[in-house]
Amino acid sequence: MSGVFHAAILFLVAAGLQVVFGVQKIFNLACGSFYALGAYVGVSAVQAFTSAGGPPWLFVLPLAAAGLGVGAVGVIVERGLLRFVYDRDETFQLLLTFALVLMMEDAIRLTWGTAPRSTSALYLTYGQVRILGAIVPVYNLIVIGASLAIALGIGWLLTRTVFGRIIRATADNREMAEALGVNMGRVYAKVFTLGTALGTLGGALVIPATAAMSEMGIDLIVEAFAVVVIGGLGSMRGAFVGALVVGVLRSVAISVYPELEMLLIYLIVIAVLVLRPRGLFGGAAA
Amino acid sequence: MTGRVVLALAGAAALAFPLVAPTYHTLLMLPFMAYGVVLLGLNLLFGYTGLVSFGHALFIGVGAYAGAFLTGRLGVRHLEAIVLVAGVLGALVAMPVGALCVRYVKIYFGMLTLAFGMVFYTFLLKFYRLTGGDEGMPVLRPFLLGQDLGGMPKTDYLAGPYYYYSLAVLVAAACCMWRIVHSPFGLCLKTIRDNPVKAETLGVSVTRYRWYAFVISAAYAAAGGALLGPPTGNVDPTLAYWTHSGNIVFMTLLGGFGSFFGPLLGAFVFIYLQDFVMSLVPYWRLVFGAILAAMVIFAPGGLMGLFARRRPVEVARG
Repeated sequence: MSGVFHAAILFLVAAGLQVVFGVQKIFNLACGSFYALGAYVGVSAVQAFTSAGGPPWLFVLPLAAAGLGVGAVGVIVERGLLRFVYDRDETFQLLLTFALVLMMEDAIRLTWGTAPRSTSALYLTYGQVRILGAIVPVYNLIVIGASLAIALGIGWLLTRTVFGRIIRATADNREMAEALGVNMGRVYAKVFTLGTALGTLGGALVIPATAAMSEMGIDLIVEAFAVVVIGGLGSMRGAFVGALVVGVLRSVAISVYPELEMLLIYLIVIAVLVLRPRGLFGGAAA
Repeated sequence: MTGRVVLALAGAAALAFPLVAPTYHTLLMLPFMAYGVVLLGLNLLFGYTGLVSFGHALFIGVGAYAGAFLTGRLGVRHLEAIVLVAGVLGALVAMPVGALCVRYVKIYFGMLTLAFGMVFYTFLLKFYRLTGGDEGMPVLRPFLLGQDLGGMPKTDYLAGPYYYYSLAVLVAAACCMWRIVHSPFGLCLKTIRDNPVKAETLGVSVTRYRWYAFVISAAYAAAGGALLGPPTGNVDPTLAYWTHSGNIVFMTLLGGFGSFFGPLLGAFVFIYLQDFVMSLVPYWRLVFGAILAAMVIFAPGGLMGLFARRRPVEVARG
């Protein structure tokens, strides 16, 4: 069950990665850094909330608000850096996001210091329940529910709204969409911000369960990377299935044979890349 | 012609360096020379063949751990043997890995190499009985040309014999690579980079040549990795972590992947600048990230590209 919780968080980050890759064709290595940023801002927001006398049982509200709000960083990154390299080779785009990884890791250390930060003992505020013989914190269920709701929400956004239609058109054929009067700069800015906000929200939601650490970003990116490769680059359904596979396999491997934990995931990634390079759901619309 | 003069000056400076420079700076040259060997190999893949590997730290790790195993577990202390074995091991590992990776290009190639790199990293980290886990393994001081220099103080050993040994390895590696890229084989690689379809029609087996380039560059990375261990006396799994792969791609871009000596310049600038920035503030990543972002946006040809602006050079495809 903790595997499903982990999968729910992973899905959010991977979905952010997917939406950006699907539309802008940029593999954003910095999505893990956004996740870390969300976690730190989340801790700070919750601490500010409780010290201002907010009731502990409402702590998810500032947490989620902080996670979503700090996604605004995405606009700055997209307008300030990424928009200069859309016409370049993807190597340069990849390296630019790597530059972001480096900068954000130290920016976080500079702001919050090197010691891990955590919200003290709010994790079990909502109590625990027993499901199928396992004791599960209610908070985990809330996050899993929120993640599912977001998955449905993104699906609705992409398939049922005008904005979603524009996004899918852009993903399919950028020139054509532009010729039909779509303002590419604005679409890219919005999409990248959406991707960033998903990452930061994922980071914010995970911190009641674990402490925020400055390395959490670069560790998570390789997991999110595994998720999108297994699911297929650019596919939302792929991110969903991939996150479940990685999250659940990890928790099974930890309990059965800990040495194999991440090794197993990478071996699956390689198997998928070799046998089915487009991933399980590759080729589907963003 | 000016190129040769600069090269001769750089060579003379490298020879005289330990005699005139403070020991501290001489010791900083050691990782530069080790990374120099690595980058010569990486550039065969990146600059000449047009494939960006985000997992080359895998081979650095193979080379470095080969050194640790040979000196510590197997009692082989000759550095000649260590570098050679590291290079061969790197090539052997690269054969199956490369065979799978070179079927893809661009982002998929990068991702697949990253995944293989992380497999090796996780292996090093988790199988601590074999590899020492996150603490890594010690590398005993290797013999140079059959000489046991165990009696020397460590800094004398590193700043003296080991310095010149590394320099010799780097020069030999550079000469070999110069031959490779200026051979018909090197020309084929450039053709593949610029126009794979045309290369295939001209009878160049694109996949096979990419594989050759991959294996050669892996052997270089492993040989360079073997040189990284002795100065610190220890190797650990972060050598194989994906950010390390990113850093060496950064070095290559910093110097300029359009030219033969660009990556060496990049490694030199990277190591000294890192040392300088860290002496001022602990946040070198912030500064380096900003530099990398600026390079990507304004100077994709790297430092060499800036110097050679006046001449028509081939930089920044796409």
